[in-house]
Amino acid sequence: MSALLNELNSNLTLEEEQGVRQFLTFIMAEEEYGVDILTVKEIRSWEEITVIPNAPDYVQGVINIRGTIVPILDLRLRFGLPRIEYGALTVVIVIKVDLGQKTKIMGMVVDAVSDVYSIIEKNAKMVPTFTDSDNSEFVAGLVNVGEKMVALLDLKKTMDI
Amino acid sequence: MSIDLSQFFEVFFEESFEGLDAMEAELLNLVPGEEDSEAINTIFRAAHSIKGGSGTFGFNSVADFTHVLETLLDQIRDGSRPLTAEHVNLLLKSIDCLRALLSALQAEQEPDLSESIELRKKFEHILELDESSNDESTNSSEPLAELNTFQIDFKPHHHLFKTGNEPLYMVSELAELGDLDVVVFHNEVPDIKELAPDDCYLSWRFFLNTEKPETAIKEVFEWVEDDADITISLCGGLFEDLDENSVESEDKKESQPADTSPKAATAVKAKPSTSAKVQSSGASSSESTSIRVGIDKVDSLINMVGELVITQAMLSQLGEQEVTEATFASLQEGLAQLAHNTRDLQESVMGIRMLPISFVFSRFPRLVRDISQKLNKQVELKLLGEQTELDKTVMEKISDPMVHLVRNSLDHGLETVDQRIAAGKDPVGVVTLNAFHQGGNIVIEIMDDGQGLNTQKIKEKAIANGVISETDELSDKEINELIFVAGFSTADAVSDLSGRGVGMDVVRRNIESLNGSVEVASAPGVGSTFTIRLPLTLAILDGQLVKVAKHTYIIPLISIVESLQIDVTKVSRVGKDLDVLRLRDEYIPILRLYNIFKHQGAIETLDKTLLVVVESDNQKIGLLVDDLLSQQQVVIKSLEANYQKVDGVSGATILGDGRVSLIVDISGLIKMSGLRKPGSQELIIESQANLEAS
Repeated sequence: MSALLNELNSNLTLEEEQGVRQFLTFIMAEEEYGVDILTVKEIRSWEEITVIPNAPDYVQGVINIRGTIVPILDLRLRFGLPRIEYGALTVVIVIKVDLGQKTKIMGMVVDAVSDVYSIIEKNAKMVPTFTDSDNSEFVAGLVNVGEKMVALLDLKKTMDI
Repeated sequence: MSIDLSQFFEVFFEESFEGLDAMEAELLNLVPGEEDSEAINTIFRAAHSIKGGSGTFGFNSVADFTHVLETLLDQIRDGSRPLTAEHVNLLLKSIDCLRALLSALQAEQEPDLSESIELRKKFEHILELDESSNDESTNSSEPLAELNTFQIDFKPHHHLFKTGNEPLYMVSELAELGDLDVVVFHNEVPDIKELAPDDCYLSWRFFLNTEKPETAIKEVFEWVEDDADITISLCGGLFEDLDENSVESEDKKESQPADTSPKAATAVKAKPSTSAKVQSSGASSSESTSIRVGIDKVDSLINMVGELVITQAMLSQLGEQEVTEATFASLQEGLAQLAHNTRDLQESVMGIRMLPISFVFSRFPRLVRDISQKLNKQVELKLLGEQTELDKTVMEKISDPMVHLVRNSLDHGLETVDQRIAAGKDPVGVVTLNAFHQGGNIVIEIMDDGQGLNTQKIKEKAIANGVISETDELSDKEINELIFVAGFSTADAVSDLSGRGVGMDVVRRNIESLNGSVEVASAPGVGSTFTIRLPLTLAILDGQLVKVAKHTYIIPLISIVESLQIDVTKVSRVGKDLDVLRLRDEYIPILRLYNIFKHQGAIETLDKTLLVVVESDNQKIGLLVDDLLSQQQVVIKSLEANYQKVDGVSGATILGDGRVSLIVDISGLIKMSGLRKPGSQELIIESQANLEAS
């Protein structure tokens, strides 16, 4: 038993040393995106929302999460993707963003939650910059998980509104 | 057994600051020459507890200093020394100094001792003067053999070693003179990488119990006088204190003097060398984080919680029974009881945050005294309504704007003595601070009986600054309002008190950020009055829920004048798209909320909607809404915490069903709608004039 534990622990430290981090991934327009799982506070289903007047279109409004007023962003609109109707799979990922001077709690609407991967951070590749793509600024890096490619989000830039 | 004293630090600091406030207040009431033993006693007691506390906690810089202060007070108290104006001034200065020392210690910074040392010398000077004269008259020959305690501060310059001097020898020599205690300060020792091995970074404080005269000590340091800062002073009874207080000697450094001195070196806790320099002020906010509450308020709270528990028990019992007509009736009754309890409880909890405004007022006697001395004006300060209660958060934020306004009144408002006599006024100017409740607001007035605002000068200045143009016709009231515009100052010479023109706009902004307002009324030669209006609390407001399209908004009840159905025949169109309603003798511009907030699907025809007439900054506007819903108290939540400021919205709240609703910011709406001309308080004056002409 203790041998097993030891082995587990050594594996853990090994992973830490290699800079392995866990990422929660979600789907938007058939693409898979990832955020550091430690920033995720909760995942909620879509619910009725209070609209903020004169806000940018990707700011859907605010909701009440246990007494805290939390703004909700539609990530599709933030990325300039076409809007889709919210359905049963539509979820809100509530995250804690470190914006330098303060941390803010915000929610983002995505098509569906996908999976949790352990990713070695240094395997992430830089995003090739295309002049016609204005979304690359929100992506911190790209990694391959098996056959798939996951774009790791730069939350600070994505949520800085 | 060791007790971690640091957990009591906060309490000590708070009590000390309170003690200082009390000392200051009493000192200001003292009249030199008149003996008010009660007041002196209060001051003495406060000083004594600060000394005791700081000694216990190892803040020896404070304890040492308070000790001399206390000696003087003691002599005044027992009548052996008459109180003079000089004493009062010195004591007031030392209160400032103590406050600075304590604040520095509280922020865990190295306190600046230079001022306290200087003041201490003055105290000792006074004390010595008296002693020497006493000595001559009473016991003519002071025995040389008397045991004295000297405090010697020895701070060598860096190059001491290069001149071939060895401090160790001096310490040994001192030790031969009598009982020696050594404190070494090694906080100047740099990182090992920057350390120059032949530089001296240490400094020492010696406490020497000796029969020898001061000259003997001076002799020891004769050779290094030019290479070090040396101060030698006589202190009474400190020796024992030190031994007691410096229990915590973890700072002890095994340097040469420590080994040679008869008693081991004791380092003072007040100088945590490791954190002394590196630490940047750790968020030294002046807003205090704890609150003192009267026991009666707590008792009543407990009573109410008791009632609440009983009601809750009753309700849960009812919930278990079968629903019949009878249980339903008692359920309703129980719910009514619950509502009642909750409201009471809420009021009591808010009451805990309420403090009398005298907490703010109490700092002004000192301020007025200092400034009037500096300006050479004679000023009397009147405080009215000191018991008016106000939310603690509001109070903390209002004090700076008030200080600014009072300074302004003293500097610009009140005339000099000569000018006042020439104008046939009492040479003593009067500044009055008045606070009272009005509706759900607290009103604070700052009045002076000075020269009033000089409208001519303000106007010239405004034209020069390009705030208004020469052709603008402004009423005196509008001109007076100009002083709140940014970058405006009428003082001919910039003094260190006021006149940099960064003041009044900041004052207004600060007050508006508290949802308050500030106005000025002034009459030439008679004086001016600044009126600050503030909500009693920032946390809860009475709101009117309104419907706009499918959205629910909250309008603060306090700003609502009336709600009415629109009589379409009394509506006229001004300009391109502004509707104005003639309501009795007034013209009310109609703001379509759905337009401002860009909501689709609201009712647009005037006769099917409702108009909520609201007032802000003395201006009335009508807000067009689809429907009025209920009125309720709402808890204000910040939108900015996780989002950002939204124009026309002052905050958000959570309704009974868990939904978020936004609170409308009336003055923000007026700004957004473009109804107000920049820099003017008057709303659409031209359109009103046009209407009347037609």
